[in-house]
Amino acid sequence: MSLLEIEKLTVDIAGVPILKGIDLSIGAGEVMGLVGESGSGKSMTALTVMQLLPRSARTGGRVVFDGTDILSATEERMCALRGNDVGMVFQEPMTALNPVKTIGEQVAEGIRWHARVGRAEAEQRARAILDRVGLPEAKFPLSRYPHELSGGQRQRVVIAIACALKPKLLIADEPTTALDVVLQKQILELLRDLVDENRMGLLLVSHDLAVVTDMADRITIMRHGEVMDTGETAQTLSAQSHPYTRQLALASMHVPARAKPHSTAQGAARLLELRDVVREYPGRRVSLFRAGEPVRAVDGVSFSMEHGQSTALVGRSGCGKSTLARMILALDKPTGGAIRFMGEDLAARSEDALKPARRNMQVVFQDPYGSFDPRHPVERLVAEPLHLLEKKPGARERREMVAAALHEVGLSQRDMDKYPHEFSGGQRQRISIARAIITRPKLIVADEPVSALDVSIRAQILDLFADLNQRLGVAYLFITHDLTVARAITDDVMVMHEGRLVETGKTSNVLDNPQSDAARDLVAAAPDLHRAIARRLQEQG
Amino acid sequence: MTDQAQLSVPRGNAFLSKALASRSFMIGFLITAFVALMALVSFFWVPYDVTVLPVGDRMKPPSATHLLGTDHFGRDILSMIMVGSRNSIAVALVAVGIGMGIGVPLGCWAAARGGLVDEILMRFNDLVFAFPALLSAVMITAIFGPGAVNAIIAIGIFNIPVFARVARAGALALWPREFILAARAAGKGSTLITIEHILPNIANMLLVQATIQFALGILAEAGLSYVGLGAQPPMPSWGRMLFDAQTRMMVAPYLAIFPGMAIAVTVLGLNLLGDGLSDILDPKLRRER
Repeated sequence: MSLLEIEKLTVDIAGVPILKGIDLSIGAGEVMGLVGESGSGKSMTALTVMQLLPRSARTGGRVVFDGTDILSATEERMCALRGNDVGMVFQEPMTALNPVKTIGEQVAEGIRWHARVGRAEAEQRARAILDRVGLPEAKFPLSRYPHELSGGQRQRVVIAIACALKPKLLIADEPTTALDVVLQKQILELLRDLVDENRMGLLLVSHDLAVVTDMADRITIMRHGEVMDTGETAQTLSAQSHPYTRQLALASMHVPARAKPHSTAQGAARLLELRDVVREYPGRRVSLFRAGEPVRAVDGVSFSMEHGQSTALVGRSGCGKSTLARMILALDKPTGGAIRFMGEDLAARSEDALKPARRNMQVVFQDPYGSFDPRHPVERLVAEPLHLLEKKPGARERREMVAAALHEVGLSQRDMDKYPHEFSGGQRQRISIARAIITRPKLIVADEPVSALDVSIRAQILDLFADLNQRLGVAYLFITHDLTVARAITDDVMVMHEGRLVETGKTSNVLDNPQSDAARDLVAAAPDLHRAIARRLQEQG
Repeated sequence: MTDQAQLSVPRGNAFLSKALASRSFMIGFLITAFVALMALVSFFWVPYDVTVLPVGDRMKPPSATHLLGTDHFGRDILSMIMVGSRNSIAVALVAVGIGMGIGVPLGCWAAARGGLVDEILMRFNDLVFAFPALLSAVMITAIFGPGAVNAIIAIGIFNIPVFARVARAGALALWPREFILAARAAGKGSTLITIEHILPNIANMLLVQATIQFALGILAEAGLSYVGLGAQPPMPSWGRMLFDAQTRMMVAPYLAIFPGMAIAVTVLGLNLLGDGLSDILDPKLRRER
């Protein structure tokens, strides 16, 4: 008898079918991986088990948890179940905690409510579980507030809340997607240990096949609200008998075809050169009259890039890589050192004098939703950098240039008059790239350009980047924490750690044979589908 | 994702259908439209001329000939309320115009420049805020003499910090957004970015604030007229009518009731309109319905 049994589950919201007959089961102590791209219904499945669906949702089928029929259970019964027998971990540790309550209160709250124990005992137990998830009291007293903790530490608190009452089932919805790879590995290990200790069932929802392979005993692959494939993780993924499974696996490991790195024009000046670049932020004031120690976000970085070169800047979150990118783009001024772009110093220039340089460097951001003004049509969005040209193009010429740029990124001319909300994430990222190439820049700085995208879309966008590199000779600076991306598309890699460049070299050399501790940590923590499958198969003998 | 929601806009028909579905918006809209219509009509037609004083008809209670009765000079109350609405609307409208025209650019400028400019502007704002608005308006009109124009200026000045704050808060939230960074990477200066990207995206908030300030403006005008510092006789005004009615309350309560109702209903209508607008325009609230 399984712990959780889902049979022919259907959910529709306001008449739109979301789930179309899901079957799934989890036994005690078993890890079930639920994989799918966005919109596949994996989160909805998780929410159904908790009865946390939106009010307009209608459900059908059967969901039985530990002998209780969830779909017909009263709200009272569900309240007793949630938190006590079923715990949940959310994706975004920044918003899953109440910012005005201490972590101790938040962990103790559930214990007091469900176990009906006094304040003192609840606190005692909160202390124990926080200690267990790696937040010992000596360093993290219960009186800490969420904002005093880092993202990874907050996710540990969320896990502590979910596991405080030793639930029989833990549901983790993309628990590590908002964290960098090193933290991801730590959190996953913690979840794994908790499952083993308490014989908990774990429903791990993720879009990342490598993560799930590492963790899950069995795997269920969803698409468009239906189960595509299910079975033992290793067998399912190594046999790849279902075409969609194969497609997903291929997309996760996709490496764009790239010919020789773009040859450099002989004798041309270096494209970009940084010397001892420093960016300090004023520290927290000690008193009214004494400023605190300044914080060094970027600490003496020097490197150079050639024309047409594709370079990755990798590092954990908070290592200063985005600050560095903003300085290269002249959106932020360094407090020390020099940045030379195409032979000219950028730091001391006024906005007007920067125009020629700006024409030659553009930017692609991570979030395809936040990088456009929602009130402008695509034509206007893509044409924005044309503002930089000496001679402003006329209306017709402008339309032609936008059409050409859209064509370049694989969109149609008809898309010009639509608004950004009419496009999917992947299409928006294409628009973002169209905007970046319309002035034919020499350098594109891309800040995590694919990390918000589904794997199959990610593969397409990486192909597009590689293709543009070949055809237009544009150089890339890829900022990422995802080593698969770095490996797929860059010639060189620079590893950044706490504001400093700790290792640079050819991508394959650095990633296969990392020298510095920071690089080694990154490489060791990066999920890798090949390795994960191989290990699984080995375990089974 | 949530940030995105904040910025998405109902367009065209979507706005209309949302508006029709919102009860407070529709009621507020109808009341406001009615008051505006009344003011417009008064330019062409009123039941009785308010500049003629037929003293023989003084203090008539409501009847078929004088729907809302007559005052102590025999003027028709309905006609006076109609003509008075012009004054209230004009004062409130221009005062909101002054507040927006100066406050919004100041707020946007403070947000765009930051640092010392921001600090000085906003502290000056706090200073204006710290004065009780009506009291200072009384002071201004006392110095420069009573009259509709001075009342407008006095009320307008106190609208400036309100709009400056709303504009600055909205703009500050937008500046770190990626699409603004992209515009900066496209070499656009802060003025251009403010006009092209910031203003359209904070227009919602400003519109809602404008309806609230409009209602407050009507109240303030009535208050100033009541103490004799607003529109001067013979120009009828709602506040002045209340003042005149005060001493005759016991004999002819309708003298106070009808102008009082005019003020209350107009302010209520505008507040409902503002409430409804903010519900319609704020997708966060909308989604939870």
